[in-house]
Amino acid sequence: MADPLLNVQNLTMDFGGLRALDHVNIDIQQNEIIALIGPNGAGKTTFFNCITGIYTPTGGDILITAPLRSGAASKTERINGLKPNQVTEKGMARTFQNIRLFPNMTVLENVMIGRHCRTRSGILGAVLRNHTMVREEQAVVDASYQILEKIGLSRFVNDLAKNLPYGAQRRLEIARALATEPFLLLLDEPAAGMNPHETLELDTLITRIRNEEKVSILLIEHDMKLVMSLSDRIFVMDYGKKIAQGTPEEIRNNPMVIKAYLGEECDVES
Amino acid sequence: MMTFTEIKKSFLTSLWFMFLTFPIMVIRVNTIEKQVIWRWENMWYVGIGSFLLSFVWRYFLRRKERGNNHANEHIANMSSSIQRIFSRRRYKIPAMVAAAMTVAVFPFVMNSYQTNIMITALMYVMLGLGLNIVVGLAGLLDLGYVAFYAVGAYTYGLLNHHFGIGFWTVLPLGGALGALFGVLLGFPVLRLRGDYLAIVTLGFGEIIRLILENWNEFSYGPSGIAHISKPSLFGIKLSFSGEITYMYFLMIGMVCFTIFVVNRLQNSRIGRAWIALREDEVACQAMGIDKTRTKLTAFALGATWAGMAGVIFAAKTTFINPASFTFMESAMILSIVVLGGMGSIPGVIIAALFLILLPEYLRAFSDYRMLLFGAIMVIMMVFRPQGIIATVRRNYNFKKAEN
Amino acid sequence: MEYFLELFMGGLTRGSIYALIALGYTMVYGIIELINFAHGEIYMIGAFTALITASVLAVMGVHQFAIMAIAMLAAIVYSSAYGFTVEKIAYKPLRHAPRLSPLISAIGMSIFLQNYVLLAQTSDFLPFPSLIPDFKFLEPYSNYLRPTELVILLTTAVVMVFLTLLIKFTKIGKAMRATAQDRTMAMLLGVNVNRVISTTFVIGSALAAIGGVLIASHIGQINFFIGFIAGIKAFTAAVLGGIGSIPGAVLGSFILGLTESFATGYVSSDYEDVFAFALLVLILIFRPGGLLGKSTTQKV
Repeated sequence: MADPLLNVQNLTMDFGGLRALDHVNIDIQQNEIIALIGPNGAGKTTFFNCITGIYTPTGGDILITAPLRSGAASKTERINGLKPNQVTEKGMARTFQNIRLFPNMTVLENVMIGRHCRTRSGILGAVLRNHTMVREEQAVVDASYQILEKIGLSRFVNDLAKNLPYGAQRRLEIARALATEPFLLLLDEPAAGMNPHETLELDTLITRIRNEEKVSILLIEHDMKLVMSLSDRIFVMDYGKKIAQGTPEEIRNNPMVIKAYLGEECDVES
Repeated sequence: MMTFTEIKKSFLTSLWFMFLTFPIMVIRVNTIEKQVIWRWENMWYVGIGSFLLSFVWRYFLRRKERGNNHANEHIANMSSSIQRIFSRRRYKIPAMVAAAMTVAVFPFVMNSYQTNIMITALMYVMLGLGLNIVVGLAGLLDLGYVAFYAVGAYTYGLLNHHFGIGFWTVLPLGGALGALFGVLLGFPVLRLRGDYLAIVTLGFGEIIRLILENWNEFSYGPSGIAHISKPSLFGIKLSFSGEITYMYFLMIGMVCFTIFVVNRLQNSRIGRAWIALREDEVACQAMGIDKTRTKLTAFALGATWAGMAGVIFAAKTTFINPASFTFMESAMILSIVVLGGMGSIPGVIIAALFLILLPEYLRAFSDYRMLLFGAIMVIMMVFRPQGIIATVRRNYNFKKAEN
Repeated sequence: MEYFLELFMGGLTRGSIYALIALGYTMVYGIIELINFAHGEIYMIGAFTALITASVLAVMGVHQFAIMAIAMLAAIVYSSAYGFTVEKIAYKPLRHAPRLSPLISAIGMSIFLQNYVLLAQTSDFLPFPSLIPDFKFLEPYSNYLRPTELVILLTTAVVMVFLTLLIKFTKIGKAMRATAQDRTMAMLLGVNVNRVISTTFVIGSALAAIGGVLIASHIGQINFFIGFIAGIKAFTAAVLGGIGSIPGAVLGSFILGLTESFATGYVSSDYEDVFAFALLVLILIFRPGGLLGKSTTQKV
């Protein structure tokens, strides 16, 4: 088996005296859809923030092995402590739990921002507008538009992002992340706040992205129906620890998982 | 609806303001002769003024609350449709020709006094557009912009005074030194959050001014540098009015150059990154944009323009001293950007012309100039944060997928 | 030694005044995360109100102690009223606006108030009456402790104690602390957040007024611009101590006051203000959390 795309070993994160992540191990293989689930406050988003460079983890290793387009052997890198933009450049792009679009930019421009790290033109190019720059700019526009078409947002192309309906905003975040040409897409609760119909569309969209774009996906999600139908494998977290992993079938019957969830429900009821 | 409660509310507001302004507006003491002057008429002005204004204030406030999506959208659509009309070729070309004609004949029709005022106004257009890169596009609140202006002015003043170096040599040098200072200051402080950045830049601006004021051996202190050469024109000796006309066209050229550059930057990869940074820093970084580098380019470019404007200022007035570079100057440039609309080039131009020319032509206004600037900043932020001319995002031409 | 003591007492005095102003910055920042740029102007208006009241009363021939008390009271009332009004006009409509908006509005307010006083009164320096009597018992120490300094130190100490009690034990103090911790949660638990914010502005403004009157009678003259420099220095002190922290603001103020006093006394007085600004820039760059502040991790 090839090296996993993302191999997180013993990831630990402390905030003052509070241990938010406790020796978490997770691996993601090429073309997999992985779900990360767990009760509220289990440390899922903290995990995302650590591997995308928003926090610098206190301990452990985050190793990535970016697949090369040519299919040649690629080398493994440790990305602890890189800045978020460097992580994105390496090929891991994310969305946010509470939507973070650029509200006063158009839908197309939002996606164009995603192309930033894959293009090079600078100040001089912008002012002189020479041939190379004009071509690069047009390529960015075209590529961004094609992504919008794929995600099904092309009819909103010139609208301001803040004027989009909620579900479309969530999809735009995915489109923007895809524009950075990631090998791994990290989705933080993509179905949150969606109605059942929108969730169903999201299900197809995510599978299509995996199949057509050859992008692996790691998602945090609370909608169990979506998680069970999408994922190849599931990791379960509770109190900052990974408590289980396996296929949807295994997770469904895992007593630890049931306890973690039911325990929470009992608290709510009592 | 003018109901009884509305009138009562306004009445109470006016009573409150009459009370509030009583000691400052009504009483005036002559501390030396121990005399007290009572200006009761002011109290009535305040009372009536605040009574009427409170209706207007509440009306706009309610409209803003009610139509957060509705009414504002309407205004935005209106101003954007105005812009769309002007962006159409049919209207754009005649409008541009008319503007160009006015600009071209201005110094020959108007006297040199008025041309001089226009030169000053154009200088503020240039400064406003420069600061617009930093505040309007990149969303970095720079309250010490005037420091870079001073750097430019003193670069020319000192080089000209000591070595007799000419304007055209120093102009790019002033810009470069402005940029250098921008990078030197920007590098450590751009990590700071928005409001801290504002304070640090304010502090930096004051430091530069105080150094210029106190370091006599270097900057000749408060007495400043006099007899700085005016810009040369291929060594031709110009008459007094000729010099002003020359300065005017030089300024027009600089403003056109500035508009050209800022417009191109705004619609480029870098410009988009600035705007994205303004909109959401965290998301921006997560999309692969290097936060520090992007901020630094905006900061340095803004400073470059201030540096060049400083060189021109020194050449225009032929005399500089630290009093021209106070915080009030920064505040004035900032209010131009705020009034014009953050990131909007036509807005900034109109705001600069309006705010500089109005007090010059309406003498009654000139005393109230700073009062007006302060009020504008508050009112714009409360009622129309997007400025008089909101930016309209550009639409791009794209190829549809071939299938 | 006497020179040292003189500088030391001078530094403490400066520090006290900075503390009185810095508390307003830090309390407002603690609650709504806004640098209230107009705070320096509130202090200036306090001093002006006291000057005007005292002059009117002096012409009327009122006794000196009565003048002092009434002038101080007028300054406190008016500064509080201005603070309250400024918040209602320039900040309250911007509660949910992007961060830059209230900041620009605050700068606008500061410029407006400065020019309002400039136009309605004068741009000249006005002599400020000495409201504080010459205490006879201080004569032997007059080389390093002036009566005004003693009054400033004592007043500041009393005010600090009162403020601490207010915040620790009263209902409104508890509401203020709760709002500072988590505004939404405080609101859900029934705290009237708007009232808490208004109260914070009123208290901060009252403290600034006390500072304004004390320093004006110490220095002996005022003009419309005194709020700008004093405001920035007090802000420096607040940041030095860790903005949002009340003991931090007091500590920062005394450190700033003492270092300024010694630097001007032993080094040079030309660069007095440069020194404060440079300190501000350095703290923000190297320790933006301040001495007693907590560094915050941004939530995503």
